[in-house]
Amino acid sequence: MADAAKTRRALALAVWIIGGIAIALALSRRWLPPLASEHGAGVDRMLHYSLLTTGIMIVAGHGVLGYVLWRFGGRDRIGFRMASRKTERRWSLVAGVCMAVVAEGGVLALGLPVWKQYFGSTAPANALTIEVTTEQFAWNVRYAGPDGLFGRTDPKLITLDNPLGMDAADSHGKDDIVSLNVLHAIVGRPVRIRLRSKDVLHSFFLPNLRVKQDSVPGMTIDFWFTPTRTGRFELACAQLCGFGHYEMRGVLIVESAEEWARWAEEQLHG
Amino acid sequence: MADVRPVTFRTVRRYLFSTDHRIVGIQFLMLSMAMALCGGALMALMRMNLAWPGIKWPLLGAIFPHAMQSGIMKPEFYLAIMTMHGTIMVFFVISLALVSGLGNLIIPLQTGARGMAFPVLSMLSFWTVVAASIVLLAGFAVEGGASAAGWTSYPPLSAVRSAVPGSNWGQTLWIAAMALFIASFTMGAVNFIATILDERAKGMSLFRMPLLMWSYLVASALGVLAFPALFAAVTLLICDRHFGTSFYLPSGLFFGKRLLANEGGTPLLWQHLFWFLGHPEVYILAMPAWGVVLDLIPVFTRKPVFGYRVTVHCFSAIAVLSLIVWGHHMYVSGMSPYAGEFFAIASLAITVPSTMIGVNMLASLWGGAIRFRLPMLFAIAAIVMFGTGGFGGMFLGNATSDIQLHDTYFVVGHFHLLIGGMTLMATFAALHYWFPKMFGRMMDERLGRVHFWLTFPTFYFIFLLMQFDGLSGMPRRYYSWEKYDYLAIARGHQVYISVLAFLLGAAQLIWVVNFFRSIWKGRVAEANPWNAATLEWQEGAGEVHRWPYDYSVPGAANDCTPQTERTG
Repeated sequence: MADAAKTRRALALAVWIIGGIAIALALSRRWLPPLASEHGAGVDRMLHYSLLTTGIMIVAGHGVLGYVLWRFGGRDRIGFRMASRKTERRWSLVAGVCMAVVAEGGVLALGLPVWKQYFGSTAPANALTIEVTTEQFAWNVRYAGPDGLFGRTDPKLITLDNPLGMDAADSHGKDDIVSLNVLHAIVGRPVRIRLRSKDVLHSFFLPNLRVKQDSVPGMTIDFWFTPTRTGRFELACAQLCGFGHYEMRGVLIVESAEEWARWAEEQLHG
Repeated sequence: MADVRPVTFRTVRRYLFSTDHRIVGIQFLMLSMAMALCGGALMALMRMNLAWPGIKWPLLGAIFPHAMQSGIMKPEFYLAIMTMHGTIMVFFVISLALVSGLGNLIIPLQTGARGMAFPVLSMLSFWTVVAASIVLLAGFAVEGGASAAGWTSYPPLSAVRSAVPGSNWGQTLWIAAMALFIASFTMGAVNFIATILDERAKGMSLFRMPLLMWSYLVASALGVLAFPALFAAVTLLICDRHFGTSFYLPSGLFFGKRLLANEGGTPLLWQHLFWFLGHPEVYILAMPAWGVVLDLIPVFTRKPVFGYRVTVHCFSAIAVLSLIVWGHHMYVSGMSPYAGEFFAIASLAITVPSTMIGVNMLASLWGGAIRFRLPMLFAIAAIVMFGTGGFGGMFLGNATSDIQLHDTYFVVGHFHLLIGGMTLMATFAALHYWFPKMFGRMMDERLGRVHFWLTFPTFYFIFLLMQFDGLSGMPRRYYSWEKYDYLAIARGHQVYISVLAFLLGAAQLIWVVNFFRSIWKGRVAEANPWNAATLEWQEGAGEVHRWPYDYSVPGAANDCTPQTERTG
């Protein structure tokens, strides 16, 4: 039976240590990339709530399981009278209600308000609109220019030099600014993205801004966010789009209004 | 003794095309083991590249002259092996072993049926899945290589043949393999339902069935309801690929230098159809795993299971809920945000019955006389994976946190812990436990323990670390992350993960050796080696008089009262 005692201790310790390492890993560093958007604070609050509650449950779960193995392992007869059906139902009810409060409470109180703010509302009127058209394996970026209107596009007009298929006959398109893989935004001013795709699914993922949205061919998807810090933030494709998926990198440059105006001027007349 | 008989049609029929549920069950298990070795080898290739991207492997270059020219893995080959790893492991390993294999083996034995309700269907379902496996693996041999659109095969990538090299014939073969797999699974599921509902022994009322039988009943019903959606989905995909239809393809698609003629479809349709199966599929695999754990605990604690009826109702509740939560895979897909709100609330509702099942597992252990035999060790490992993996679901079912975590390594870590780890641990527990029922011998405990200690913590840490890398925004399905500055630290973890993964893979070879060695060399098992109460271990099982968990009944002579015993 010495063997059984060894297994009992080893297994109980393993369960405790594994749980401990999970918690230690969680606390060892700030895992989330540094935050740079307004609604992102709400996303982070949701994530931190989930980390905290599941952290507590991991401690409790591993603690209890390890304790049960330590205390009851290797005994030669059972130690308790049988649970009645009423006891069984009561325990299940307590566990179920606790979980419902923790899980649904989090969604309703912390989650969905942010979700609505981010997805369920139209962009504020002062938003800077940027059209992003994805293709294998690049981000085509377009600004409406001084007239505030995008020129017409048509897939039939796409050529190597005209990747968006812009219609030269449409005067609204004359002042459009077109670039590749680099987005310019203004700090503190909402950005509205019109997301389109030419070929397959892609996903517009700005880890620092807690922004992710698939681009879907055939759809124009509107969403918005507000950058809160200046800097260069990496844009990654998060939806498998082909062999160059891992190289489909873009950059969002968040700058002051003056810097942005200077850049836009250069694009129009430079 | 040396009576050499000629191989006749009858002997072939008897052993190869057997309609005996035990032989069919063992055939499924053997096939799943072979497929697991394929899936594991693909994993090793993936992890080599992720830890040391762009390094030359001259030997592999000789084996794969096109895919690894001069020894460097091409990105499209990475995507192909990733896709095949996922498809093989989900459908051709876990599902074959835990549902089809174990189900065929154990359902008639535990319900007291004479055999499966439709023995020929059992045989057909096995040989159909053999065909599916061959068709799937043939993808590596065709032009363009195997399917490379991920195990989820989202169109247009999977629908347009020039979208990615694997979208050539490899994708067509993938679709054909899935269609065959679905046919096989449906034959099996119908058979399971019929056997459990109609063929039970006298006295075996539904509420006297072991929880494993309940899990098979509910999981099979769920499969019959959900798999047709995938069958429809792959049929439409074949039409889009080969017959010029536009179910998934909108107008204006531009590939290479060419505008496609399609119009009117939407790629989102596939995602809805795929996940209408895809999410229930998770529970089709998870439920038998819970059934195994909940059934083994009483044997190795000598104490009845806690919350039998509650668990049965939880199984049913989860099955119903799992049919209305598919949208939580699509929060950022472009689906309506209002639908997202519904799916978030419905998805997190599943945590309630799941928690009850988890609590029932812990409470079943409480106060027991716990015996640490090998099946029990793996059952406990399955509980640990269920806990940690399940908690990850709280992050992903929640639309708001899913914005950041969707399509990152958090998802990869989460589903590997649950649908990889929990189910694999339960499968090992089950195979150790029912090995004597298959081969009349016991598996070697010492070798088994070495395998257990190399498998359980290793598996846990690999996918725990992946979850944290996911929190830092590491996208999945990447050939490498070299281009991204924000992933510098996560990138540094890849070598550790790969080394652990190789260790995990090697440890599984110990299991294979133990399994085959024990078939011939294992200790001969007595009739009821675990001293269990369920029907399959009782000699000359006849009428059933009690539920399957009568352990340590006060006043009884033995600490186990078999289901067949009338008095006491």
